[in-house]
Amino acid sequence: MANTQAMCTSFKGEVLVGAHQFGAVTLTSRTSLTAPTKDSFKAALYLVSATYNASTTAYSATGEVSGAGYSAGGIAVTNATDPSTSGTTAIWTPSASLVYTTVTLATAFDAVLIYNSTQGNKAVSVHTFGSQTVTAGTFTLTMPTNDASNALIRFA
Amino acid sequence: MALINTTHGPLEESTLARTVHFEDRPTEFVVSVEWKLGDELVRRDAHVILKQPSVTADALVASFG
Repeated sequence: MANTQAMCTSFKGEVLVGAHQFGAVTLTSRTSLTAPTKDSFKAALYLVSATYNASTTAYSATGEVSGAGYSAGGIAVTNATDPSTSGTTAIWTPSASLVYTTVTLATAFDAVLIYNSTQGNKAVSVHTFGSQTVTAGTFTLTMPTNDASNALIRFA
Repeated sequence: MALINTTHGPLEESTLARTVHFEDRPTEFVVSVEWKLGDELVRRDAHVILKQPSVTADALVASFG
């Protein structure tokens, strides 16, 4: 037998559910300290001209798309499937497609920001795709398979 | 007779020209449907199917010695 340096897989998954707290943080109450409720997440779309990236710390309306049928802040993310681990990777993917129904987004957009609307709109991740416009129609982002290779969020 | 919601309100499908575009990109597959009334684009839907996420976080630990 030999010891192997590693970050424990269980820890990666537990980080996604807030089971550890290494430092002080100001949180919006999750009702219970021992059995906290899940946070809510939202998805906002951003123009090609915007600059959202790893440095993004929170949702902002700057550079967000606008148009008929689209509300600033975007739409709620369906989160019916809790984070899990697969092999040595912790994974999470929204449990339903992101669907912006009957919108007109005339200026090209190419990114979606997932953010925590319960905890002060803290940013989670930015995902880019080929630029799109929508005219009096529906924009759908279908999520990848929730596995170690494809999940939307992976701690590998 | 199906009605399609457009920039001019609901229009009969038979009065519109419909085109479907497919794009297979490394990280996504895109299906877009455009409806035109003459030369005017009156509706465009886009469906982006993410194949792989654009971000992955590596979790690392330091070694000693």
